[in-house]
Amino acid sequence: MLATFLLTRLRMKSICHAEDVANLITDGSSLLVGGFLGVGCPDRLVDILVQRAPKNLTLITNDTARPGLGVGKLIDAKLVRKLFASHIGTNPETQRQMLAGELAVELVPQGTLVERIRAGGFGLGGVLTKTGLGTLVAETKRKIEIDGEEWLLDTPIKADFALIHAHHADFMGNLTYHLTADNFNSVMAMAGQTVIAEVDEFVATGEIPPDAIRTPGVLVDYILERRR
Amino acid sequence: MIEKKIEKSFGAKELIARRVAQELQSGQLVNLGIGLPTLVSDYIPRNVQVRLESENGLIGMGARAAAGFENLDLTDAGSNPVTILPGAASFDSSMSFGLIRGGHVDVTVLGGLQVDSMGRLANWMIPGVKVPGMGGAMDLLSGAKRVIVAMQHQSGGVSKIVQKCNLPLTSIRRVDLIVTDLAVFQPTDRGLVLREFAPGVTIDIIRKATEASFELDPEAHEMRLESKGSQ
Repeated sequence: MLATFLLTRLRMKSICHAEDVANLITDGSSLLVGGFLGVGCPDRLVDILVQRAPKNLTLITNDTARPGLGVGKLIDAKLVRKLFASHIGTNPETQRQMLAGELAVELVPQGTLVERIRAGGFGLGGVLTKTGLGTLVAETKRKIEIDGEEWLLDTPIKADFALIHAHHADFMGNLTYHLTADNFNSVMAMAGQTVIAEVDEFVATGEIPPDAIRTPGVLVDYILERRR
Repeated sequence: MIEKKIEKSFGAKELIARRVAQELQSGQLVNLGIGLPTLVSDYIPRNVQVRLESENGLIGMGARAAAGFENLDLTDAGSNPVTILPGAASFDSSMSFGLIRGGHVDVTVLGGLQVDSMGRLANWMIPGVKVPGMGGAMDLLSGAKRVIVAMQHQSGGVSKIVQKCNLPLTSIRRVDLIVTDLAVFQPTDRGLVLREFAPGVTIDIIRKATEASFELDPEAHEMRLESKGSQ
């Protein structure tokens, strides 16, 4: 009786095929892509994008890894017009495109970047931080004084899509993350209009203890399994 | 025997790393930046127990993973596969930077392009030439309780310790200590104070190699490279 009720009321997640994703993401889309120097990057999704080659993307990601690695492949393929990142030092191609004026780059301190994404996903109007006060990154930002202390106002970031990598998913879309492969992924899962998760492995619904779930399935729209 | 071994391993970077390691105290939560600062973990005295934090979301980092034992989901902030110690914790980037900005990290060791006489660090871009980005450095300067800059004294014969940074600053915060292959400086509200000199290095050599003016601590002494009781 209860089982019947649950099955009719709870929506199973669609497990998507590569082509489904390819058709979703079009020219001019904005993308949040998880990963830290390639660790925890949804590599299969990135490969699919490179094949399909939508142009003029806005990419929000911590770093652009290295040429030929992780999200760096989107840079190699020249699919990105505008980039938000905290560090591009490991990818000479990103720097080359930026200095040549082919790619607009906004460098954001890492802690500020993750909080801007979190603010976007959590319905907050902005982030007040001291990070960057008195430096180049503060020049275009509003300063707000609270009880005699100065803070920088950083605005929320959201995107059309969040492409994330997770460890386990059940068929409700509940996700867990593995060690340092979490990084920006679980935060980005909050801030994409459409959330596509690439996972190491599917497990049966109910197998992940509720208190081990880091991203509740309601946030996830599509799941695909990483090729092994 | 030991003396000989030490002498042999003393490149400029190793000297800096070894000196910085003497600053760490048991119980501290320590962040080591990418590059030279990472070397510090090789020289932490055995009687000092710190917890190493990595800004990609880890506390309790151990040594680099041996070949064949790498876990691709377990890396340091430079994406090198590492090991973890019992009691390690991993978390997302929001938690990681909450720890950093929120004042929960005791010490950070960062590399530098320039530090000036006011103790201000520039380490994230050379306009029009090289723009690596600040990564987590601005947050670390904003929140870590103690900031140690570990860098070579000169680059291509040019002093990296300057009167006033002409590269964009990473923060307006004054760093707490500067350790180079020639000297240890402490930035104060009066300017830089020379506290220590490297073995075999005279004050004259340091003056010639340093663009910034500095005060000489009357008790300046040779760098402390070994703590008592360590091996």
